[in-house]
Amino acid sequence: MDSIGEACSDLKKQYDACFNSWFSEHFLKGNTNDSMCAPMFKVYQQCVKKAMKEHKIDFHEVEKDLLGTSEERQPPKNGK
Amino acid sequence: MPRFYETSTVFNYSWDQVAQGFWKRYPNPNSKHVLTEDTVHREIRCGQLFTKRLLSKTNSIPKWAERFYTAKHVNIVEESIVDPKNKVLITYTRNLGYAKVMSVTEKVVYKESEEHPGKTVALRSAWIDSQVKGFSRAICAFGYERFKKNCHKMVGGFDHVLSNLFPLQHTIPSPQATVTAASKLKDAAKNASELAKSKAAPIYASLHPNQS
Repeated sequence: MDSIGEACSDLKKQYDACFNSWFSEHFLKGNTNDSMCAPMFKVYQQCVKKAMKEHKIDFHEVEKDLLGTSEERQPPKNGK
Repeated sequence: MPRFYETSTVFNYSWDQVAQGFWKRYPNPNSKHVLTEDTVHREIRCGQLFTKRLLSKTNSIPKWAERFYTAKHVNIVEESIVDPKNKVLITYTRNLGYAKVMSVTEKVVYKESEEHPGKTVALRSAWIDSQVKGFSRAICAFGYERFKKNCHKMVGGFDHVLSNLFPLQHTIPSPQATVTAASKLKDAAKNASELAKSKAAPIYASLHPNQS
């Protein structure tokens, strides 16, 4: 998949490839050290954050944590 | 009042496979509406992986709703938590912007199936809400139906990606699983025939009271 920033797509694909092998070979096997792809992630992030700004995407809104917080939506009580 | 929708799906893959496939589920033949995908945040907290991704999608809406919704694209934020120890993946997805017109929030919990060992169950919940005066009911109804329809496509698309990633498992089930399945089937057939016999006798008797 392409990045929202055209200029970031190559960086994104390199990072994704690194992440996917880290996820399978390390993380799922119990190793939670994530330094392996950190340098690639940093460069990709600089690019994508600039692109988000250009697309006028509200960064604050994106960064908000909802999952696992009190703001997370709950199923209706009556089950419907 | 938001509309609520809930459904569950069983994927014929182990939880580890589903978790790996989750990051690769776009593109797929059913995801032509997904235009871009970016990871915008990622960290490990207490042994769990927390990720935020930003997706942009095309936005198809009915003509009557165009007065509220002018954007051709919609941005989506997908939060996720992967807990490798307990084998649980939770995703929580919401649209950015236009949330007052229509907000669609989806939560999916992927975990190992208790009924079907080696398979993964996905429990999907969705909330569709609108705050447009006089139109919220119509907008919610549209959003609800569209979501329901798209669920099927989402599952099909993900399954397609999994079958490409793990083709062997798809065609050749492990021998152990086959044996268990076969013996289970045999048991089920035996139980069913016994049940049928036990039920049939009194029915037969009640239909033919003079003969018994």
